[in-house]
Amino acid sequence: MSTKSKTKNNKDEGKRDFLAVSTYAMAGIGAASFVWPLIDQMNPAADTLALASTEIDLSSLEEGQAITVKWRGKPVFVRHRTAEEIKNAQEASIHDMRDPEKDSDRVTNEKYIILVGVCTHLGCVPLGQKSGDVKGQYGGWFCPCHGSHYDHSGRIRKGPAPTNLAVPSYEFLSDTLIKIG
Amino acid sequence: MSKAKFKNPVVKWIDHRLPIFSFMDHELNHYPTPKNLNYFWNFGSLAGIALVTMIITGIVLSMNYTAHVDYAFDSVERIMRDVNHGWLIRYIHMNGASFFFIVVYIHIFRGLYYGSYKAPRELLWILGVLILLLMMATAFMGYVLPWGQMSFWGATVITNLFSAIPLVGESIVTWLWGGFSVDNSTLNRFFSLHFVLPFVIVGVVILHLVALHRFGSNNPIGIDVKGTQDTLPFNPYYTIKDLFGLGVFLTIFAAAVFFFPNFMGHPDNYIEANPMVTPAHIVPEWYFLPFYAILRAIPDKLGGVLFMFGSIAVLFVIPWLDRSSVRSSQFRPIFKIFFWILLADCVLLGYLGAMPAEGIYVILSRIATAYYFFHFLILFPLLPYIEKTKPLPISISEPVLSGSSPASAFAFREKK
Repeated sequence: MSTKSKTKNNKDEGKRDFLAVSTYAMAGIGAASFVWPLIDQMNPAADTLALASTEIDLSSLEEGQAITVKWRGKPVFVRHRTAEEIKNAQEASIHDMRDPEKDSDRVTNEKYIILVGVCTHLGCVPLGQKSGDVKGQYGGWFCPCHGSHYDHSGRIRKGPAPTNLAVPSYEFLSDTLIKIG
Repeated sequence: MSKAKFKNPVVKWIDHRLPIFSFMDHELNHYPTPKNLNYFWNFGSLAGIALVTMIITGIVLSMNYTAHVDYAFDSVERIMRDVNHGWLIRYIHMNGASFFFIVVYIHIFRGLYYGSYKAPRELLWILGVLILLLMMATAFMGYVLPWGQMSFWGATVITNLFSAIPLVGESIVTWLWGGFSVDNSTLNRFFSLHFVLPFVIVGVVILHLVALHRFGSNNPIGIDVKGTQDTLPFNPYYTIKDLFGLGVFLTIFAAAVFFFPNFMGHPDNYIEANPMVTPAHIVPEWYFLPFYAILRAIPDKLGGVLFMFGSIAVLFVIPWLDRSSVRSSQFRPIFKIFFWILLADCVLLGYLGAMPAEGIYVILSRIATAYYFFHFLILFPLLPYIEKTKPLPISISEPVLSGSSPASAFAFREKK
C-alpha cells in the first residue's frame, strides 16, 4: 500500500470517529432533554409555589398567647411574649448554647417570636403552643419525640436537636399584620 | 456461546454465573437476521419504543393525577398549566397512543402483505393480535381518565356493549361499572387497570420476541433462510437501520407533539364530564373507528357487538385461514391486489366510523364490513385453489446478488 492511500485511510478514520462522537453527543443531549422534564415534574408545581406565602393578623393575639398557622404545609409558631419571657430570652448567656444566637437577631419586634414549628432533630412538631402543654426546662418548647428543650427564643438548650428552631422570612405589613414567605 | 468473548473481568465473572451478557450478545448482537429486510421491518422496534415511552410518561403522569370524579378533570388541567413540563409529558402520552397505534397497524399490515403469520410463526402472530387487544383495552381506559365529555360517554357506550349479551348482559355492565352508571368506582378501576395492563403488554411482548427469535424474522421474499450467506448480524446492520427509522419516527412524533398536539383528539374532551348531557356527535379515538363502523353497520345490538369483536377474533385464526404455502405477496399476484383492497377497505371503515350513522354511510359501512369478513373467511381459504403463484427464488441471496429487485429478476427470467 502506498503512503498516499495510507494517509487517506487515516483521514477517513478521523472522519469516522468525528461522526461517531458527534452522533453519541447529539443522542446524549436528546436523551438528557427528554429525561429532564420527567425529573423536573416532581419539583413544586406553579400552583404549589403560588401558595408559598401566608398572612397573619396578630391584633387579637393577647400577651402570653400563641397561635399556630400553616405555611407551606408546615406549622409556624407565633407567640406574643410576656415581659418576663422577653427578659429571660435576652439575658440568657449564649456562650454555653449549642447554636449561639442573640435573641435580638431572631426577632423583628421583640414582643413576637415567629418560628417554624418543626424540631431540627427529625422533624416532629414540638409542644408548647397550648397553655397546658409541657414547655420543657427552659419554658419555650419541648419536643416529645426525642426530648429537645427550646427556650423562649426557640433556641436549642438541651436534647439531641442540632440547631435552633428556624425563623422563617417574614415582614410586618403593619403593626399587627405579618406576611410569612 | 464461547466463553472467551468478554474481556472485562467483571463482565466475565457475572456472565459465568448469570449468562445475561451472553444472552444479549446472542439475541441483540450476533442474532442472524435476513439480509433483505426493508424499512417495513422497522415498525416492530418502533412499537417497542412507543410502548416504553408510554410507560415512562404514564408513570410520571400518574404522580400528578387524581382518580376521582370531582378532581380528575382539574388534576389533568393542573398537569397542563401548573406542573413543570406537564403539558409536554401529557402531550407525549396523548399523541404517543396515536403513534403507537400507527406503528402497530403498519406492523400488522406488513405481516399481512408478506405472510409473516404463516408456519412456523403462527404463535408469534397470535401473540401479536393479543398485544393489539390489550392495547385497545388499555387505550380505551386511558381515554376515560381525563374525565371529559368524550371520556365519560365513550366509557358509557363501550361498557354498554356488554349489555347486548343475552340474560346476564345487564348484570355484567353493573359489575363493570361498580354501580348503576359510569361513576367514581368505574373511574378508579379504569385507572388501576390502565396502570397495570401496559406491564402485561410488556410480558406478552417478551413472549412475542421469544417466539420471533425462535425462527427469526420473515423477509420480503418470504422464503426461509438457507444459511449464513442469507443473513447479517443484527448489530450493527439492523441496529443502525432501526435507529435511522427511529430518528425519522421521532421527528414526526415531535412535530405532532409540539405543533399540532390536539389534531388527533376531540375538543369535547376539554369539557368536564356531565352525566346529564350527551355531546351531539360522539366518536371514539381514530384508531377505533374501523371497529366502530363495523359495530354500527349491523342493524342489531347483539349482532353489531359480535361482528365488532369478530373482526379482531378472525385475526387470531388467519394462519389457518390462509391455505397458501407462499408467504410473500410478491409471488401472489391476485392476493397482492386483494391486499390493497383490504387496506383501502379498512381506511374506508375508519372514515365511515367518523361519519354520522345515516343515509349512504350506513350502506357503505355494510358493504365495507362484508368485504372485511369476505377477505379473511372466504378469500383466504379459497384463493390458493385459483391463484397461480410466481416461482420462488432458490435463496434470499440469489435475487440480492442478481442486482435487481426479486420481482423484476423473475419477470426477466420468465421472459427468457
